[in-house]
Amino acid sequence: MKCELVIVGAGPAGMAAAVSAYDAGIRDILLLERGEREGGILLQCIHNGFGLHRFGEELTGPEYAARYADMVRERGIRVLTGTTVISVSRDRRVTAVSRTEGYMTIECGAVILAMGCRERPRGALNIPGFRPSGVYTAGTAQKLVNIMGIMPGREVVILGSGDIGLIMARRMTLEGARVRAVCELLPYSGGLARNIEQCLNDFQIPLKLSHTVTGIHGRGRLSGVTISEVDKSRRPIPGTEEYIPCDTLLLSCGLLPENELTKGAGITLDRVTGGAVVDGGRQCDAPGIFACGNVLHVHDLVDYVSEEAALAGESAAEFIKSTRKKAEKSAGKAIGGRTTGEIANDAKADEIPPDVDIKITTDGRVRYTVPQRLRRAEDVRLYFRVSDVFRGATVLATLSDGRVIAKKKALHLAPGEMETLLLKGKDLAGVSSGEIKITLEAEE
Amino acid sequence: MYDIAIIGAGVVGGMLARELSRYTIKTVLLERAEDVAVGATKANSAIVHAGFDALPGTLKARFNVEGSRMMEGVCRDLGVKYQRNGSLVVGFSDDDLETLRELLARGEKNGVPGMRLLTEKEARGLEPNLGDGVKCALLAPSGAILCPYELCISAVGCAMDNGVTLRLSFPVEKIEKCGGVYELSGRGGSVSARYVINCAGVYSDDIAAMVGDESFHITPRRGEYMLLDRECGGLVSHTIFRCPSKMGKGILVSPTVDGNLLLGPTAEDIKDKEDTSTTAEGLATVRRSATEQVSKIDFSKVITSFAGLRAKGDTGDFIINSPAESFINVAGIESPGLTSAPAIAKYVVEFLRDMGAELAEKPDYNPKRAPMPHFRDMTEEERREAIARDPAFARVICRCETVTEGEILEAIRRNPRPSDVDGIKRRTRSTMGRCQGGFCTPYIVEILARELGIPEDQVTKSGGSSRIAADDLRGTEK
Amino acid sequence: MNTRELTCIVCPRGCRINVRLGDSGAPEEITGYSCPRGLEYAKTECTHPTRIVTSTVRTSGGGVVPVKTSAPVPKEDITAVMTAIKSVTAPLPVHIGDVLIKNVCGTGADILATDSRE
Repeated sequence: MKCELVIVGAGPAGMAAAVSAYDAGIRDILLLERGEREGGILLQCIHNGFGLHRFGEELTGPEYAARYADMVRERGIRVLTGTTVISVSRDRRVTAVSRTEGYMTIECGAVILAMGCRERPRGALNIPGFRPSGVYTAGTAQKLVNIMGIMPGREVVILGSGDIGLIMARRMTLEGARVRAVCELLPYSGGLARNIEQCLNDFQIPLKLSHTVTGIHGRGRLSGVTISEVDKSRRPIPGTEEYIPCDTLLLSCGLLPENELTKGAGITLDRVTGGAVVDGGRQCDAPGIFACGNVLHVHDLVDYVSEEAALAGESAAEFIKSTRKKAEKSAGKAIGGRTTGEIANDAKADEIPPDVDIKITTDGRVRYTVPQRLRRAEDVRLYFRVSDVFRGATVLATLSDGRVIAKKKALHLAPGEMETLLLKGKDLAGVSSGEIKITLEAEE
Repeated sequence: MYDIAIIGAGVVGGMLARELSRYTIKTVLLERAEDVAVGATKANSAIVHAGFDALPGTLKARFNVEGSRMMEGVCRDLGVKYQRNGSLVVGFSDDDLETLRELLARGEKNGVPGMRLLTEKEARGLEPNLGDGVKCALLAPSGAILCPYELCISAVGCAMDNGVTLRLSFPVEKIEKCGGVYELSGRGGSVSARYVINCAGVYSDDIAAMVGDESFHITPRRGEYMLLDRECGGLVSHTIFRCPSKMGKGILVSPTVDGNLLLGPTAEDIKDKEDTSTTAEGLATVRRSATEQVSKIDFSKVITSFAGLRAKGDTGDFIINSPAESFINVAGIESPGLTSAPAIAKYVVEFLRDMGAELAEKPDYNPKRAPMPHFRDMTEEERREAIARDPAFARVICRCETVTEGEILEAIRRNPRPSDVDGIKRRTRSTMGRCQGGFCTPYIVEILARELGIPEDQVTKSGGSSRIAADDLRGTEK
Repeated sequence: MNTRELTCIVCPRGCRINVRLGDSGAPEEITGYSCPRGLEYAKTECTHPTRIVTSTVRTSGGGVVPVKTSAPVPKEDITAVMTAIKSVTAPLPVHIGDVLIKNVCGTGADILATDSRE
């Protein structure tokens, strides 16, 4: 089977990428989705707060997903649900299985990876104690409550103040559970300020900063947890232990891009983001393979996921068109009877020649940027996150010769929020190679 | 009325049940928990020991070497993964070299094949990632790895296919003898049998006491482990032991048959026979020791930690005897118990024969059990066939370990049937990957509820009070 | 004279808004907001705070469908709104935007389905 563009995952990233590739002129698109319907994680995010940036109004997760599902449907883009991609190869061969289609091997003109992310589980946190039932990641609990309609428990402690944890604190409370505390290892919350306000403060749920869970008790079902205060190096302080009886512990301790398929394709990953290293068009270091959304780096807002995915969709379309052209040239326009997929695969030198080759490096205070490299001298918006809370900060983009090409001042920067910095194409034109260093200066 | 009742469906009881299913007798296997293989069997080092540790002349030495020889064939028959990866005991000093020499001599006396001492250079040639301080090593090529609960589940399944009855949730609380027949009773009901075999692990002293035998005492010895992502499974190919101390063989670093990296165990004698909690200190000890033995262990790739309890006897050897008429203890089966299990099963059958049990071969006994179908291990051709046979093999439930609904359904339909999420885990590996069930648990709950005909909020993680949910959204308080 | 510090919840920026309250409790001076919606939020929050409520409603198929209030409802009515949401069963099929409860608890807001179920 052949296809010009295969998109792995029909969550917010995959759907937005499909729509933009279609609008850029690509018709032979296949969206592969593991779930029973498109929408991805948004389907269980029933709270409001999505889409203000993208649609200018506040939507719930399922509503946001429905907007994109409608756009996909209106364009007649094919979606295969209940379909799991087993592998993606560097030369763009996608293997997938589904109950209806069976075992599929698809030769693709381009591939967009949009598999999203997963949550860090208890095991990775190394919390000592028993292994009873009642310990869930916040997202698993969210699925149990919002999709399956079952309550994971009634007396709840939440570890981690990421947004999903905060949202679940409110959700469980509304359903009649008692949330005893939200513990956060760090001295600040990783969640949005408004979620602390409307999910915790509205319900008088205590947020215990610099606290972690140091013991899990209960042999069948969870019966309680021990929490402890931690010192500056995040180690539990002896003597600060407090036992909290509860039947549920929810973990909201970070999201990890789901890059098993990416690794399988031999694509280079960024150690900090956990996602692929990409250029401005979100192309990985395998030609014709793109990545966008939370599989690339964890976003704070779905609106930015859509934005990034649209960019990846356009780039993939451009890649496909350029391969078509090359193939036409090499075949002297005698291409009758051949699919564009075949053409794409015939085109050996199928990489679009770059105009520049610039590596973007960071100073550690800026933890990472996406993209990590630039191949076009055009305007590019760098997404980045910082490693700590900074006040009165200035973020600078400096060329190897010391020239500062972009500067951004911010009163307050926090790790929980994704920031952006615009680089102008005209500043990049003269820089054929080398690097741009992104640094942060702060008052404190 | 049964001819034989086996108490305890761990790997020892399970292998024995299978051995007895060759004969035209009625056997019942009694298990206190809601699944088999959930005591010492589910949480240990998963090693087929070569046999150089045990003192010559002990039952441990004898059954270890015999069991090690039998294990590959047993695994083949039972469709259980087995990998002879060899064991390497590493030393850090001249004293350790002395100990290794003793182990070599002991191993040779026990009949362990192919052992030899290695120089540092030779050792590093075999295992480039050995810790910096390693100075010498002892190689035992017959050491192997397998999955202990897979072996137990498969052995019990084979026994059941050959007519053995399994009674789960059947803790034996009282044993009475009337008219030459034992009556075993407890919360699960009561059964009677002519012969009783006590394979009750950490509870075997309590069971023995029920027939008046107080000659031994079992101490639960807790061992904590860490399991690392499959990305790390290739760090070593051999099982890396360190020189033994009086608290046992120490911490090992080993690949598992499923490709993970296993570190552990600690050794701590405790009182509580159910205390499988991990501790911050224990995990720190595992980490420290493992790092000395093997360098480059990436602890950010730990996917889970757990603890198991070994049934440590107080006689220094396995306790296999008959304290009462028609009653056999198979107790104190600590390490190398897993390795010894097939040999112990053979030995106990002979013991029964000596006691006068009539054991006639069953003409239709089938020693084999088909391996569980594992989608992730299949070739493309096999995958296509599996999906063509049953489209459920095209629905991936656990994405980390690529476990399909087809495998889960197969697990639910096979003996011994699982009834909870952990039971599915041990049979299919779903929830055992890097996301630890975050994604697939809700799907497994749905499938279990559907197949068992119970509401979703009644599904448990591991039986008993371990329900996944408290209630449904409108439910009343528990 | 009283002051209140609010965290704005109308968008992900989460602006810190300072409000000086007069003797009557009404806001006299509001600073720190970045948009008209923020100003509106601050006024409402100090006089009669409201929230959008999201939850799920049982369907006749035995599953659940997500819902929201069509407008923010008074904070003190949230418990009553949740009780109302729990007491209804939505007959299938449910379409996104369907009104499942009209004028819930007299708040003037409806309970709307935010997803569809066949």
